[in-house]
Amino acid sequence: MSEIVSKIKVATVWLDGCSGCHMSFLDMDERLLELGSQFDLVYSPLVDFKVYPESVDVALVEGAISSVEDEHKIHNIRKHTKFLIAMGDCAVTGNVAAMRNVFPVNKLLQRIYVAGADADPAIPRDGLPQLAKQARPAQDFVKVDVCLPGCPPQNRVIAGFLTNLLEGRKPEANQKIRFG
Amino acid sequence: MTSEELDHIARKERESQRSFPQRVNVCVAAGCLSCQADAVKEALTKEVASRGLDGQCQVKGVGCMGLCSEGPLVSISTGHLYQHVSTSDAGSILDSLDGLPVEQLLCPTDTPFFQRQKKIVLENSGTIDPERIEEYIAQKGYRALIKVLTAMTPQQVIAEITISGLRGRGGAGYPTGLKWSTVAKAVGTKKYVVCNADEGDPGAFMDRSVLESDPHRVLEGMLIAAYAVGASEGYIYVRAEYPLAIKRLKTAIRQAERNGLLGANICGTGFNLHIELRLGAGAFVCGEETALIASIEGKRGTPRPRPPYPAMEGLLGQPTLINNVETYANVPPILRNGGEWYAQIGTEKSKGTKVFALAGRVRNTGLVEVPMGISLREMVFEIGGGIPDGKGFKAVQTGGPSGGCLPSETLDMPVEYESLARVGSIMGSGGMIVMDETSCMVDVAKYFMDFCMTESCGKCIPCRVGTYQMHRILSAITNMSATEQDLKMMEELCDVVKHTSLCGLGQSAPNPVLSTLKYFLAEYQAHVHEHRCPAGVCGQGVLEKVSA
Amino acid sequence: MSATAVVKTLRIDGRDYSAKSDDTILDVARENDIFIPRLCELEGLSTVGACRLCLVEVKGSKKLLPACTTAVDEGMEISTNSERLQGYRKMIVEMLFTEGNHICSVCVSNGHCELQTLALELGMTHVRFPYNYPRLPVDTSHPRWVLDHNRCILCTRCVRVCAEIEGAHVWDIMGRGIDSMLIADLHQPWGESSCTRCGKCVQVCPTGALSDKTKFGSDHPKHPEFLPYLNMMREGQ
Repeated sequence: MSEIVSKIKVATVWLDGCSGCHMSFLDMDERLLELGSQFDLVYSPLVDFKVYPESVDVALVEGAISSVEDEHKIHNIRKHTKFLIAMGDCAVTGNVAAMRNVFPVNKLLQRIYVAGADADPAIPRDGLPQLAKQARPAQDFVKVDVCLPGCPPQNRVIAGFLTNLLEGRKPEANQKIRFG
Repeated sequence: MTSEELDHIARKERESQRSFPQRVNVCVAAGCLSCQADAVKEALTKEVASRGLDGQCQVKGVGCMGLCSEGPLVSISTGHLYQHVSTSDAGSILDSLDGLPVEQLLCPTDTPFFQRQKKIVLENSGTIDPERIEEYIAQKGYRALIKVLTAMTPQQVIAEITISGLRGRGGAGYPTGLKWSTVAKAVGTKKYVVCNADEGDPGAFMDRSVLESDPHRVLEGMLIAAYAVGASEGYIYVRAEYPLAIKRLKTAIRQAERNGLLGANICGTGFNLHIELRLGAGAFVCGEETALIASIEGKRGTPRPRPPYPAMEGLLGQPTLINNVETYANVPPILRNGGEWYAQIGTEKSKGTKVFALAGRVRNTGLVEVPMGISLREMVFEIGGGIPDGKGFKAVQTGGPSGGCLPSETLDMPVEYESLARVGSIMGSGGMIVMDETSCMVDVAKYFMDFCMTESCGKCIPCRVGTYQMHRILSAITNMSATEQDLKMMEELCDVVKHTSLCGLGQSAPNPVLSTLKYFLAEYQAHVHEHRCPAGVCGQGVLEKVSA
Repeated sequence: MSATAVVKTLRIDGRDYSAKSDDTILDVARENDIFIPRLCELEGLSTVGACRLCLVEVKGSKKLLPACTTAVDEGMEISTNSERLQGYRKMIVEMLFTEGNHICSVCVSNGHCELQTLALELGMTHVRFPYNYPRLPVDTSHPRWVLDHNRCILCTRCVRVCAEIEGAHVWDIMGRGIDSMLIADLHQPWGESSCTRCGKCVQVCPTGALSDKTKFGSDHPKHPEFLPYLNMMREGQ
């Protein structure tokens, strides 16, 4: 872990996730204010930056890699990030996002947008990213530095994690963490 | 059946054979049968009849003569051996009985393949009709049994086997005398002897040959073993894929029973042994002794942890002696000639001979029996006749899916249990596959892993999932889509599967991978880093589906 | 049980313990609160030594031995928690996770699952092998219970409890290797099988593979503790 000379740059990203991990992150409540004063949130769905920065110290990535777009994103994130944390079961194991993996993509789209549609049955072309054959965990695409399982990871676990990180210690949970 | 009656049968048989001044023996074991040896035999018989030579020339079906690649094989009483015989050669073969041999069919027998062998297990293979007990008796068959039942105590029998140094020929090489004495001392209400004839290794056909060519030998061995350990019931577990062996065994059992050599009150000594056949149903794992026992008991053929060992608690919880076909086949000659005689053959720790099924990229493929301690080089280049088509030797695989691939650096080492284990392979049941430069060692490792993965019983996690994961990585390597990290992961998988699997299948499944990584790492590296297969095998043709 | 029970002493992780002569290593560990992970073993059922998680190092043995089936010997020296064993245990549990579709977050056994708890105990945060994502069925034909093959780890506890304790032998395994699957009778829907509806299999199942239809969310603790008592009552002891 590099020495903290200036405020470390933290990014959070959500890919094929439900944003539950981000909500758990926010559920740190007052601790978030305390920790937040020690880092710069340089990219996140919670703030307004549109472009992933050139150099990020720590990235918390939620969600599985489920589309071609996600794949581009995760490679880009890895390229510009020193320390990548897969946050939550979807990023670590695939989890709920991966439940679709046993079905072929076109059958899925048919079932959802055509057979299951109340009106205008048709597979949309705009705004629907090209789904990959399977939704897979981040580690299948890039090197992940630390995995933080949980669905979502508990707020105090995320807090403890970040505290270790900010105080220059090994970024690991202070307690045993489980999936689910 | 007394000793005198045995002598009488032997004498009559020898007289009957001598009454034919001319004899034509046709191999009717599975290998030659698969190239119409039965039609050849029929053609010869018809030709003899049409020439009116019925009383003078005997046409007989015999067991395996060894040089399976050149079959159908026919040997005649002049001492000549003919190869690649077809039905149209019947006439010329009969002519050659009192004339010159048929040049284009002649198979030279002064070669190392024939001269360098030492036949103990195969001493009758290729000379007797496996379907006639009289021929076995004429070759000193059942002599050892009578001697054992009338003149030896069980302890004396075990002592001879121990002195001989015979080790289990199924692959593990456990001292047979020790196993017998354990079962003899074990306490139970009833003891069993079991013959493991499930020969599942791809490329292995030694046991099949013995059962098709000389089944009485195995029965005699089991009888002597049963006497030694105190067993009264025996089972031969033979794989259903060996219908000819099954047929010949059934015939042999019936014949032995009819002659008072098997069943109740054998030879009037009060000793009883009933032998039944049990057929396998296509699972390699049922060659593992505890899985085999489970299968005989009518359960799913899955192994169980040992201890307790079958010698103490085996079939139906009783002390059970379980040995391989070849092990039993060695027993009658040891009791006939003495343990000392056997111990003089072979090396210090690996006594006696071993039957090997030599196959692959070698000129002479077939069955050979050699003394332990012969070098791999001699096996491949002299007995095997070397690599055909001007190709170079690359590796020799011993021990089937549980064994390893050995490179040219190991060619001068002796073939025996300890040396093979030292270089990362095993003796195994006797399969020996030679490979040349056109074989890709990664592909070979993948082939064996595919075998282990499909044959895994699924009871324990490391083998069930581990072999699948290793196969996935090997597929990725041969598909040129693997990374250095995949290689590392495979090594970790080899470690966990080898050391935590429940039975020998899982424990030895990583061996082909480990041995090829050790000796042929450059090939793996070429696939991973250069996306190139040095042997020109992988990456061509059909693309395989890779799950990662 | 022998009439004259000989007592043996042995050493586990550097400390001395006493044991009855027919105890297994796992029996002694359990009695003394020494943690040895296991998934296929359950008090009250026969042992099969299948999951390989309980393997321990025994001095003098080149091979690792399963604690659940290995009887204790006088003077045995056992190590239950070396780095090597920890490494193997993690890999075995990771293999299990890749084999099925173990999605804790939506499982009825979330929080009460022996597999999940074991992953937690071993400090497992991710799986190093790629997931298989197999397509496996869910059998809802039974009026009271559900079998979800995605969550089955093939521990065979259900097979054993149904065969040995209930005597119905409804469950068994079909197929081989990675294609092994739990089946009812001759591969019939559970609801049409000879199931006696005793419910024991659901209670002994370590994961959410066998579960109760009436349980909501993840409120499904299992209670297999009755087994040894049931055995004792039957043996009249």
